[in-house]
Amino acid sequence: MAVSQDTPAPAAGFTQSRVGHGKDWLLLVVCLLSTCIGGVALFTLLAYVLVDAAGWLDWQFLTSTTSRFPEKAGIFPALVGSIYMAALLIPPAMVLGIGAAVYLTEYARANKLTKFININIANLAGVPSVVWGLLGLGLFIQLFGMRYGTLLVGSLTMTLLILPVIIIASQEAIKAVPDSLRQAAFGMGATRWQTISRVVLPRALPGILTGTVLSLARALGETAPLIMIGVPTAVFATPGGVRDKFTSMTMQLFSWSDYPQPEFQYGVLAAGVVTLLVVLLSLNALAIYLRHRFQNRHG
Amino acid sequence: MTQRLQATTLAVLGTLLAAMVLTGCGGGDDGGDKLSGEIQIAGSSTVYPISMAMAEEFSKLHPNVKVSVSSTGTGGGFKNFFIPGKTDINDASRPIKSSEVDKCREKGIEPIELTVGIDALSMVANKESNWTDSMTFAQLKRIWGPDNPPAKWNEVDASWPDAKLELYGPASTSGTFDYFTETVIGKGGAHRSDYHKTEHDNVIVQGIQGNKYALGYFGFAYYVSNKDKIKAMAIDGGKGPVKPSLANAQSGAYPLSRPLFIYVSSKALDKPHVKAFVEFYIRKSATELVSQVGYVPITDAQMTGNLAKIGVK
Amino acid sequence: MESIETAEASLDLTQGVHPWRERLVRSAAFLCAAITVLTTGGIIAVLLVNAAEFFAEWSVWDFLTGTKWSPAIQPVEYGVLPLVWGTMVITLGSALIALPLGVAAAVYLSEYARPKVRAVVKPYLEILAGVPTVVYGYFALVYVTPALKTVFPTISTFNTLSASIVVGIMIIPFVASISEDAIRAVPKSLRMAGYGLGASKFSVVIRVVIPAAFSGIIASFILALSRAIGETMAVTIAAGQTPRLASIFNLEETFLRPAETMTAAMVNIGMSDVTGDSLAYRSLFAIGLVLFFMTFAMNILGSWVTSRFREKYE
Repeated sequence: MAVSQDTPAPAAGFTQSRVGHGKDWLLLVVCLLSTCIGGVALFTLLAYVLVDAAGWLDWQFLTSTTSRFPEKAGIFPALVGSIYMAALLIPPAMVLGIGAAVYLTEYARANKLTKFININIANLAGVPSVVWGLLGLGLFIQLFGMRYGTLLVGSLTMTLLILPVIIIASQEAIKAVPDSLRQAAFGMGATRWQTISRVVLPRALPGILTGTVLSLARALGETAPLIMIGVPTAVFATPGGVRDKFTSMTMQLFSWSDYPQPEFQYGVLAAGVVTLLVVLLSLNALAIYLRHRFQNRHG
Repeated sequence: MTQRLQATTLAVLGTLLAAMVLTGCGGGDDGGDKLSGEIQIAGSSTVYPISMAMAEEFSKLHPNVKVSVSSTGTGGGFKNFFIPGKTDINDASRPIKSSEVDKCREKGIEPIELTVGIDALSMVANKESNWTDSMTFAQLKRIWGPDNPPAKWNEVDASWPDAKLELYGPASTSGTFDYFTETVIGKGGAHRSDYHKTEHDNVIVQGIQGNKYALGYFGFAYYVSNKDKIKAMAIDGGKGPVKPSLANAQSGAYPLSRPLFIYVSSKALDKPHVKAFVEFYIRKSATELVSQVGYVPITDAQMTGNLAKIGVK
Repeated sequence: MESIETAEASLDLTQGVHPWRERLVRSAAFLCAAITVLTTGGIIAVLLVNAAEFFAEWSVWDFLTGTKWSPAIQPVEYGVLPLVWGTMVITLGSALIALPLGVAAAVYLSEYARPKVRAVVKPYLEILAGVPTVVYGYFALVYVTPALKTVFPTISTFNTLSASIVVGIMIIPFVASISEDAIRAVPKSLRMAGYGLGASKFSVVIRVVIPAAFSGIIASFILALSRAIGETMAVTIAAGQTPRLASIFNLEETFLRPAETMTAAMVNIGMSDVTGDSLAYRSLFAIGLVLFFMTFAMNILGSWVTSRFREKYE
């Protein structure tokens, strides 16, 4: 998940292109179309889903548990489970992520070890989700003996999954803080930690938060790791604590897609997809809001 | 500036926390129900709908008992969850293997086998396949077996059309596949390999609908939910063709009936809420709850036998 | 101009400075970074231990060069090549969609779009990447494949084209975002030099800007492809479970039929009814090992390309 800082537009005046040549028009059209195609495709798919979900997505759906009857099936335990899991991810992921990013940008010397750690993190960011599930299974469940399919194992596994991306995003945010500010702080006699905690981090926080929120959105959309750690697809109560079993919206959708009754495939599933997308879009919107709100303060 | 950011962050986190606490406190009153605890079920995806339905009904009666059902596959369920003692019940679409029994006993667990339903494996074809309404075991073995598998319908029976066989079936790593190869072809794993493989039986329905010369097989639940779209062949196992139906499967007349099991851990049975759930499960598996999910309920005789196994008269 | 006075105002140096605190913080931060190394170690350990049990019974050579993947249909064979082929087909297919579209979108965003337009388009592109993969898989199966059927009547219900399309859409933002950063980093002066010589916008973009941003664009390609290789749920749902190997030049066989990718094979075995202690179950870890090293190699390649071809602007 690429998170890039918004740098000021270079040469805004140069958007006035020399549109005399036909090739210029062609380039503009091609580029514009390309930008739009992906969105149009997605938009069409979303429209289809919304149509299918009509009549199925109602209050009953949002507040019921799953059922063998399509009309009675609902997404409530899965919705709550997903939200709990996401909330539990925030403290460890942020602490570890910011900690690692701070070390790598502020403390680490530019030597082979640092380079190795950075390459390693970049690599981890690309590890397929199913492999993270195997790690969760082998490490937390089999080695540490934790109970399978619980919020604890789920959030630990997902924390590790999103950690590399949070570290990379935080590094970018911290690096974007101008060095002159650090120098100014040192010039006044501040220690490194004082500089970091009172000058660098506050300014990097918007970028860090954006990265975290987008990573949470990613975590909410994952299925494969949860399958491997034995997350159930049928629970009838919301989890009361971290050692309770939970299910996620993605697991519920995956399970519903296999039910024989066509109403599950075209009605219930569509309603579930819309619910999940609404939650994710809200998170994305939150990220955008955060990015805008706190960015403009730094000129 | 920093303060506003900190305030916003705190507000967001606080809301999340509040939401967690509030939803967690939705326990409600239990009407004095004494049964409480957790029941963990994992295993076969075929048996999953039955266990899920049982859990659904039981949870309504006893809200303080938290039942969770995972669909992990029979083998994975035994190895990763049941044998290490992490689940109380393993759903199984095939009988437990002796190696698995040994491993259970090494851990002090005695797996108690209970039949909870019967699946009438259905051989389905397009509604316009008017050249035959039934097939014999011999014909099935010829079509699906690994030896010189035929490419066209008329290679199996000369009166059938001169058209390519479009075959759909389960991916090899499934209980349905195991049962079919062992029962129809006679040897586990012996199956032709050039067919459309999928675990998504819904997709098999689509595939068969779309092609007049298609043939496929899956569990009864998927046939019965799509009766208007596809047709099931009557199967002749030596006693004449028998159509798949709940009645025929229960009486044993339908040749492709396979039993579905749950294995209960003896250790788990010591807990009162687990025993109550298993008793509920056994009694309900002789009712239409099982047929609602597309399988054949067990007979009353089987139910009594199962109850005896767990020590209930 | 950054406000230095803000920094001043929030620094209160009247609090005592503890030297040990500095070292403590540094160590704590280092530990956080070290956890990532431990994570990689953990992944490799889990994969290796189980894969070793697999390779004790089925040789590494046969695994890596075998052309049949048949864990349960007799004769049982564990050749990983069909799975690699399946992964490659989908990666190729999605690359054909995402790479051109992504770069073009990046060009649009950096060379043409006004800041207000940019502010809307960038987030919307990120949404493409935010849709869960299981949803993409469902889209492919339920909506894309039927639509493709009208164009290609012989297409199978499970096919790689459908999966390639949705995975392609999913990775466009990776290419677009990172390429855009690379393109923006090209200094104004290079562009102005081009215009100053009388070149058209088309020429400046194609002949100056893109070559200058080349290393960043390639890096974005590699990241996106890495993501496509590791994509699990969308391909599991949409591409099917029929491991195959075919000539890539036979377009129909390659794109209109099902194929099984490495990731799909892993999920399918993990969820299936094979006996837990069996060779078939352990094969999933062997595949995982191959997959891990493939994405690892891609990332190393990516950073090598970036550092080797990075333009130094003075």
